[in-house]
Amino acid sequence: MRALLLRDLMLSIRAGGGFGLGLAFFLIVTVLVPFGVGPQTELLSRIAPGILWIGALLACLLSLDRILALDWEDGSLDLLATAPLPMEGIVTVKAFAHWITTGLPLVLAAPVLGVLLNLPGDAYLWVVVSLAVGTPALSVIGTFGAALTVGLKRGGLLMSLLVLPLYVPTLIFGAEVARRGGEGLTVQAPLLLLAGISFGAIALLPFASAAVLRINLR
Amino acid sequence: MVLTVRDMAVTRGGLAILEGVSFDLAAGEALVLRGPNGIGKTTLLRSVAGLQPPERGTVSGAEDQIAHAGHSDGLKAMLSVTENLRFWASVFGVTEIEPALMSFALTELRHRMAGTLSAGQKRRLGLARLMVTGRPIWVLDEPTVSLDTASVALFAEAVRRHLRNGGSALMATHIDLGLAEARVLDLTPFKAAPRARQMDEAFL
Amino acid sequence: MSLWEYANPVKFIRTTDKVLPWVWTLAFLCLVTGLTWGFFFTPDDFRMGSTVKIIYIHVPSALMAINAWLMMLVASLIWIVRRHHVSALAARAAAPVGAVMTVIALVTGAFWGQPMWGTWWEWDPRLTSFLILFLFYLGYIALWEAIENDDTAADLTSILCLVGSVFAILSRYAVNFWNQGLHQGATFSMDREENISDVFWYPAVISMVGFALLFVALVFLRTQTEIRARRTRALLAREGQA
Repeated sequence: MRALLLRDLMLSIRAGGGFGLGLAFFLIVTVLVPFGVGPQTELLSRIAPGILWIGALLACLLSLDRILALDWEDGSLDLLATAPLPMEGIVTVKAFAHWITTGLPLVLAAPVLGVLLNLPGDAYLWVVVSLAVGTPALSVIGTFGAALTVGLKRGGLLMSLLVLPLYVPTLIFGAEVARRGGEGLTVQAPLLLLAGISFGAIALLPFASAAVLRINLR
Repeated sequence: MVLTVRDMAVTRGGLAILEGVSFDLAAGEALVLRGPNGIGKTTLLRSVAGLQPPERGTVSGAEDQIAHAGHSDGLKAMLSVTENLRFWASVFGVTEIEPALMSFALTELRHRMAGTLSAGQKRRLGLARLMVTGRPIWVLDEPTVSLDTASVALFAEAVRRHLRNGGSALMATHIDLGLAEARVLDLTPFKAAPRARQMDEAFL
Repeated sequence: MSLWEYANPVKFIRTTDKVLPWVWTLAFLCLVTGLTWGFFFTPDDFRMGSTVKIIYIHVPSALMAINAWLMMLVASLIWIVRRHHVSALAARAAAPVGAVMTVIALVTGAFWGQPMWGTWWEWDPRLTSFLILFLFYLGYIALWEAIENDDTAADLTSILCLVGSVFAILSRYAVNFWNQGLHQGATFSMDREENISDVFWYPAVISMVGFALLFVALVFLRTQTEIRARRTRALLAREGQA
């Protein structure tokens, strides 16, 4: 398990596109939004938490197909399936590696990009907290989507179609935490719900992902 | 018997291709599957390795005993030869990778990235992986593809050593490896009569 | 004599062939009666005027949009547990019907909402939930279409349906949390005391029965088609091999 995690991390550092690509995409989305909605700082600061969440979500989505597709193409997935690791463990480790390479950098980069969007002072903390709590769910749900579409040619687009609706609750609660935090309101309820989704997804979805992956491998 | 296959039937693309395949494999024994292209060697081997369920029949003794090498080697281009091997070794709980490097003459290439290897060298690395699994039954699908004569000899020697140590091997190949002790099983008589899979027959 | 006998494709086709004309006729009668009664023989609402009459399409289609997903969920479970092909194919057959019902509910809702709320679209929890439900239908249908092997597709879509159902419910709560909304409460409930008056109630119930029967008829028909397509493929495969 640990070997698999280390290998995935090493690969994403060496092959590039792991840490860098997602972050660059996050940056570009954040930069493009003001061009789209106009440069009024007031408006931007009001929608900033939402933009940061959407940007993080899209950056996450962008890198999902790397979770399993590469291992599928070179046959590693077949070999892993016959290895003494449970499939549930494999998908959990893969999701965790995805979170470290994509989710965690996004969490850390969000406050920096918040400056560009004139994020209100109170919101910095809650944007970071909500992303830290919510991005694991994005990785785990995304792994499920990646497992569903792993054998398909042009699976990327289909995967987005499957994963994005599943992201809705996470996005709503996550952005709600960030928004309320920015307005100085109490964040307890959405934060607990967001954490509930994350923990629920981490606890249960690997079983679905593993089942799906076994079906796709046969 | 370390591996017993009884009355196995497999399908590919919704068609029955082999049926009634039975064989045994003892420790220290090698069994070579023969048959024309498309007869179902790959599918049979994948079913034995547990990668796909057979339509019918049983495999016993395979659980956590099989190291499967298919058409692709599962190598990572961005990892070096030793890193690739060490990864699989730690997945299977094995620490020693030197014998595997030696057997397949990879010692000199150990720090090269797997992506820069030639096809034959990659194949050798893929086969070296079998040795770091520590598993007694090797299931090999066309293991000698893109190997030159010298490398085939290396491979045959590795198989022989594996058999001597009480392992066994089940492989599909049409090259004569010079393994005198290997039995040959011709799959042609097991070709399935034309029919759809059982599952589809409910529709007919 | 068990219910599972109908899970045999041939038996299913034979039985539904007998039943289908009746279902079609009943569905047609109910729809004509319910809609005519509703459109022409009910008084206008004192507040909403004649626009209220779109309720006879809006509510039944919304109801069936949700029920279709529930049916797919049950059919998926049956496929996972008992591996009856008819079940998987019925789920596949129901999805586009459910998607169309969702669209009808959304469009009629927009027509109704425009004069009432002064806007075609409002990010109201109910409307938003239906939009999300529609996205789930799209994903489900797309996954079925994308996979060539029938059994793999059935397995994967069944699991997607299960996971999707959980997330659809989560989305429903999330959306409620996110916006309290303009939409009126449930139009019909079991508790008749709190309900709309009888003049609206009877035609509405008849339309709902009509929509339900229409759904059943469409699903039977589409399942038959799927079974026949599958049979064709099995036959072709057998010939190609010979």
